[in-house]
Amino acid sequence: MKTLKELEEIRQKTLDRVNQRKDRTTTRIVVGMATCGIAAGARPVLLAVMEEVEKLGLTDVTVAQTGCIGLCKMEPIVEVFKPGEEKVTYVKMDADKARRIVAEHIRDGKVVDEYTMHVVQGKILNDYKAEKE
Amino acid sequence: MREISLHIMDIIENSITANATFIEVKIKENILDNLLIMKIKDNGKGIDSETLKNIKDPFVTSRTTRKVGLGLSLFEATCLRCNGYLDIKSELGVGTEVTAVMEYNNIDRPPLGKMEETIISALLNPGVDLVYEHYYNEKSFLLDTREVKKILGTEEINTPDILIWIKDYIKENLKEISGGAF
Ligand code: FES
Repeated sequence: MKTLKELEEIRQKTLDRVNQRKDRTTTRIVVGMATCGIAAGARPVLLAVMEEVEKLGLTDVTVAQTGCIGLCKMEPIVEVFKPGEEKVTYVKMDADKARRIVAEHIRDGKVVDEYTMHVVQGKILNDYKAEKE
Repeated sequence: MREISLHIMDIIENSITANATFIEVKIKENILDNLLIMKIKDNGKGIDSETLKNIKDPFVTSRTTRKVGLGLSLFEATCLRCNGYLDIKSELGVGTEVTAVMEYNNIDRPPLGKMEETIISALLNPGVDLVYEHYYNEKSFLLDTREVKKILGTEEINTPDILIWIKDYIKENLKEISGGAF
């Protein structure tokens, strides 16, 4: 049975990382958590992102959540912000797709085109327009 | 929503949107009284009385607050279906308290679901402290993030390694207090 005492064991690791991170630019992975996102399955997506980041030992990555992204029909949505690169928006996510994004995009640097907003069910979508809606 | 814990997550998201820095989540599984009681209380900016009147009505609430109202009306519908109710108290500048009650053994009651995932999702927000209390009849479990932060010696607990640890910690403890029913 886990007790809070065990946390002390990961304490040093945490402190090291916090110090390390101060002078680095990190990648941000953001999951939309509005009512529609939650209903569409955003929580398992968020969990999969966290677990994959942990499993792959990626330290320069921040996982965050946000409220309404304004694209209910496209939820669950994951946004990736890499320093110096343009934002990539992934739509209609599930846990498996989310794990692929962490491995292929975050770790290997290759955007997973088939899940980005531009192509959904064969339709080309306009990034800019969607953002304005 | 397929799980009650997703409704709870939605309520917590409202609290975070309302700039809450402290959230209390209390779940009571009173099987002996056939009651499931849930309370989510925050110190967010609160809701004015005019908005509060209509907040559970998905059609009446104003456009800007509809997103808040929508989740609440869904949660209320689930409560009502299970012979319970949903109550919201709020005061501007003080905070909001949502109480949801359902018949425990009602056939329409969704499973509570993965509370541990709901809690760690909320903890991704750096500026939030949370107290989570879960009762199963007379047994209980309590998590206070202020205590976790003290032990770790940092305010930064919103990292995957720590949150996944907390998730497993919650899960094990819920299993323990419920005698494996969780
Ligand atoms: S309410 Fe659906 S994305 Fe905002």
